[in-house]
Amino acid sequence: MNDPPLAGALNLCLCHDCGQVCDMQGHPDRCSRCGAPLHWRKPDAIARTWAYLLAALVFYIPANLVPVMHTSMLGSGGGSTIIGGVVEFWVGGAWDIALIIFIASIGVPVIKFAVLALLLITAQRGSAWAQRQRAQLYRFIELIGYWSMLDVLVVALVAALVQMKELGTIEPRPGILFFGLVVVFTMLSAMSFDPRLIWDSTTAKGDG
Amino acid sequence: MTDTREFIVCEYCDAVYRKSSLSRRQRAICARCGAVLQRHVGLSVQQRLALSVTAAILLIYANYYPVMSISLQGVSNSATLWDSVQILSQGSITFIALVAALTIIIAPILQVVLLIWVLLFALGHRRSPGFALCMRALESLRPWNMLEVCLLGALVAVIKLAGLLDVVPGIGLVALAALSVLLIYIAGRDVRDLWDRL
Repeated sequence: MNDPPLAGALNLCLCHDCGQVCDMQGHPDRCSRCGAPLHWRKPDAIARTWAYLLAALVFYIPANLVPVMHTSMLGSGGGSTIIGGVVEFWVGGAWDIALIIFIASIGVPVIKFAVLALLLITAQRGSAWAQRQRAQLYRFIELIGYWSMLDVLVVALVAALVQMKELGTIEPRPGILFFGLVVVFTMLSAMSFDPRLIWDSTTAKGDG
Repeated sequence: MTDTREFIVCEYCDAVYRKSSLSRRQRAICARCGAVLQRHVGLSVQQRLALSVTAAILLIYANYYPVMSISLQGVSNSATLWDSVQILSQGSITFIALVAALTIIIAPILQVVLLIWVLLFALGHRRSPGFALCMRALESLRPWNMLEVCLLGALVAVIKLAGLLDVVPGIGLVALAALSVLLIYIAGRDVRDLWDRL
């Protein structure tokens, strides 16, 4: 297979906002068409991705331990955590819903943590291992990332509906804030990472 | 120097290719990393504008009518998207209400408004005032529009509550379903095509 030429070698740079291919002769710092800043690589990609990822990891602990909502129905009541909600559906026989919530709330964040950490470590070491597969992994987490917002929106809808005074109320609890922050920070983390770093070990860099 | 407009660069690995014209259902894949380089743009400006106006009407329905309502022992209650955002804003967790508002109300509304604005001028083969700004805003709003997640969330909420009380899906839910599909279709990456057309 003959490899395509690389933008760095041709002194070209892709504008991430409008997709224009910019000629870097004369070192323009903005795209001539849309005015967005031009970078060979996203600035401080590794450091920013790590920072957002670690912040998300820290929030992930209270997100799972603190109740996400409080239900009081006809006198009885209690708080429920995310995993508690999954178990409730599972025990109640709705295994399919339990599976959806499990994938969105627990599966997706854990996969994102693992994949981003893997991509970061291999990119930092300049590894040439499984580059194509790592590129696919990055696109995969970019695609699935925002589905973990599911639980936040479920709690919001359910709480907005069940407001019936003495008959029953459901209220959001701080766990949902932490969980939402996990989602936002993992999304920012994935956005900060530059997938081109995966390939940089095998190519002569265009510049620093 | 050759014209750089005939080139296309893979955003995932920096490989450079020459642009090709694609026919329906075709897409160009990067030989190096497997990412999609180019897709066929199937929508004309008129079609996209018409669908954007449709989306604007659906937006009104989705936001005005309740997503669903419940009833228990004769007492009933309903909730719109805004009610859901508002309930999150109470107490110490206000920040998450902002995130929810952005993802299910603000981002979709801005996307539709910007699309209509840009496309109205594109009909006359002109770039609208603030064209670059609008296009860049569309680009940064895209990942934060989570209507399809909200749709799945509403379905999960229906099932979650169905065991406890009577749940009736509302007009808002139908509008939400149509809108989420429509926005994926009209506000996707291929809006960038306007840069080349105008």
